[in-house]
Amino acid sequence: MTKNNSRRDFLKSTALGAGGLILGFNWFGQEASAAAIVEGITSEAGNTAFNAFLSIQTNGIVTIFSPNPEIGQGIKTAFPIIVAEELDVDWANVKVLQAPLDTKKFERQVAGGSGSIPHSWQRLRKAGATARQMLVVAAAKQWGVSASECSTEKSFVIHTATGKKLGYGELATEAAKLTPPTDVKLKDKKDFKLIGSTIKGVDNEALLTGKPLFGLDFYREGMKFAMIQRPPAFGMKLKSFDALAAKASASGIEVVSFKDKVAIVGKSTWEVKKARDLVKIDWEKAANLESSDDHNRIFKELLDGKNEVRRKDGDVEMAFKDAAKIVEAEYQCPFLPHNPMEPMNFFAHVREDGVELVGPTQTPQNAQNQTAKLLNIPVEKVTVELTKMGGGFGRRLGTDYVLEAAELSSIIKAPVKVMWTREDDMGGGSYRPAVRYRFRAALDKQGNMIGYTLRGAGLNAGNSTRQDNFPAGAVPNLLIDSAEHKSPITTGPWRAPITNFLAFAEQSFIDEVATAAGKDAVQFRLELLEKAKTAPAGEIKYNIDRMKAVIELAAEKSGWGKKKKGVSLGFSVYFSHASYVAQVAEVVMKKGKPVLQKIYAAVDCGIVVNQSGARNQVTGGIVDGIGHAMYGNLTFKDGTPDQKNFNAFRLIKMNEIPAIEVSFVNNGIDPTGLGEPALPPTGGSVANAIFKATGKRLRNQPFIEEDQKLFESVS
Amino acid sequence: MANYNLKINGKTLKTEVSPDTPLLWVLRDNLGLLGTKYGCGMAQCGACTVHINGEATRSCVLPVSAVADATITTIEGLSEKGDHPVQRAWDAIDVPQCGYCQTGQMMTAAAFLKKNAKPSLEEIEAAMSGNICRCGTYHRIKEAVQLAATKM
Repeated sequence: MTKNNSRRDFLKSTALGAGGLILGFNWFGQEASAAAIVEGITSEAGNTAFNAFLSIQTNGIVTIFSPNPEIGQGIKTAFPIIVAEELDVDWANVKVLQAPLDTKKFERQVAGGSGSIPHSWQRLRKAGATARQMLVVAAAKQWGVSASECSTEKSFVIHTATGKKLGYGELATEAAKLTPPTDVKLKDKKDFKLIGSTIKGVDNEALLTGKPLFGLDFYREGMKFAMIQRPPAFGMKLKSFDALAAKASASGIEVVSFKDKVAIVGKSTWEVKKARDLVKIDWEKAANLESSDDHNRIFKELLDGKNEVRRKDGDVEMAFKDAAKIVEAEYQCPFLPHNPMEPMNFFAHVREDGVELVGPTQTPQNAQNQTAKLLNIPVEKVTVELTKMGGGFGRRLGTDYVLEAAELSSIIKAPVKVMWTREDDMGGGSYRPAVRYRFRAALDKQGNMIGYTLRGAGLNAGNSTRQDNFPAGAVPNLLIDSAEHKSPITTGPWRAPITNFLAFAEQSFIDEVATAAGKDAVQFRLELLEKAKTAPAGEIKYNIDRMKAVIELAAEKSGWGKKKKGVSLGFSVYFSHASYVAQVAEVVMKKGKPVLQKIYAAVDCGIVVNQSGARNQVTGGIVDGIGHAMYGNLTFKDGTPDQKNFNAFRLIKMNEIPAIEVSFVNNGIDPTGLGEPALPPTGGSVANAIFKATGKRLRNQPFIEEDQKLFESVS
Repeated sequence: MANYNLKINGKTLKTEVSPDTPLLWVLRDNLGLLGTKYGCGMAQCGACTVHINGEATRSCVLPVSAVADATITTIEGLSEKGDHPVQRAWDAIDVPQCGYCQTGQMMTAAAFLKKNAKPSLEEIEAAMSGNICRCGTYHRIKEAVQLAATKM
């Protein structure tokens, strides 16, 4: 390969001159391009579009477009299931495609807040039902009968009286000519066949054979590769740089600078990475360079200082004055990186006539809007194509890495894919904020909680409380407030924002209060819910009956209250992102250390769309919760994180997981999301079980560092 | 730069690249074999696992010069039709969430099962605990390895 050869030239010359060699290279950008695929399908002969979500080919193949970003939450399978259910199509005839960003056709193309399913549930059902109705009318017309005499089943319209059948493929062309009905009848939930069944991921085959699906898998002829050196510490800025050695290291290396960053551009990932190591950069201090020791001091100042009141019920001062017993405790959680397995990356091509963006993003519309603003061009000039994401956990709700790619492409005037190394990713910010909580509870002589205060102190956490969550409403005198320190360390949403650590603190503290009151952990919570029902204090923003139902289901499944020899149980329940999850953790002592043996989870997310996907989300959320509660820690020295790769940052591994048993409440309520709700209660159930087993109350995450001795085997 | 005729997935693939380039980037940037993933670049996560002479190996820290004569198998060559028992089991159990780490997981599992056809649960855990799955699909991976073991 001569250095001036383009990829395509390389392809030709190798094929011609290589004799017996078999060519292993073909330009795969086309294959990785969702838009190209979408275009190919819709322009296929005999393929008729019914609406934004689906088209039907004359051979009966139904193409369903899934508009929301797929991040591992299984939306690319769940959305089409809902459409296909109402369409009454044979799932074997369904082909699913990722739709690009299209603000005219779709709403809320976002992966976040566990909101995709609840937002789109009715819309998707209607899309399927509308097309179904059009197919029925087309068949009825052909047979000269009334549409009401016809039914549908597995891609066929059937004339009930005569048993005559017509396939969807045969009807598609005529049906699509009809005016879409506006008031279609949706199925009775009891008639659901696909919804609630077990359906495998639609991308399994491509994933398991190594097909290019992710952002990093996107390649385009003539595309440049880039890495960016960002300030090495939060609070530093660029002073100067010397790129001489870097530019000499390989052909085509370019080094440019923008916004306190130095970008290294070249012809391959490895050449760029090596060149980056050769750029000599001087940084200078622009703000405080914070260390973890500073943070511990700041927490204390915040907790003792001025706070913003978030919720106030009754008279807290009086309650604590009258208390027979007062319980106090503080809980702390560290910064956490998101660590999706696929690090940040994005492709951008800024051309004269528009901007093409391709890559993994949870918020394509934000990417579009902000790119348009950055480059001062109309929004319509920016297209965003969605690739599959190798995880995100909230990190890809940000657009920093998209804008960097767009800005770089505009500077070098070439298509470019910016890739972050793991070190860039883990050291690059937008972390889960670190928070410390101070709790106080007042008990009367009968062990009733008559007063409750929670103060949250967060580093770039905004409101670090969720003031309306349980036990708010169940305690007559309650005060919840928060304080924030603005740190140069950047933070952002991390799977189940705030509640991913608040729930651990709240559910552990409730356990402390129940213990102090001499009450059973489950009974204590149920009594509080009863109070919320019969004598509510202030506004109640959770559903008491639904919370009670998951508590009872988890207790039943785990055999709560029945003695199991050598097994200690810990309880936890949480309402977040519109779903309810209760957990019981089982801990046993092995060689003198507590070992998490099993977690029972009772989940109410309303109707379960896909059993396989839902169970995968709940199990994965719990594993995530255990891993970060036990091991996750990001500490700082002079503005720089101490952990920058998986050798220093410990993620949970296969030999560290307990058995997990998932049960769903079957209540027929419209579905809510599941990407997040199973995680928050996990830290609490585990800590409460460890307390039962060892008498040690874990109040700081990660547990393994709070008490290393506790987790060491005694031989 | 140097020329290599690499033996990958039963074919000989020609490429010209700097000898210190990790095999991972040769596969991805030069040969268009994109099933092998970058996760950490320091052999800590297993996303880049391939088979070198049948052994599960991390390709992100393996210079191409070290495998000039080796027999290399990537996920694309694990089976012709995507029907290796491990791939079938992964689908049957519906393992993936985001799926990014799964090709590396399968390459580790396939090499392991070739050596140990009837593994115990502890042996599976020991063999698979070097591969990180950030989505936490470990229960299903374990189940899939057990299922694949019955079909090898």
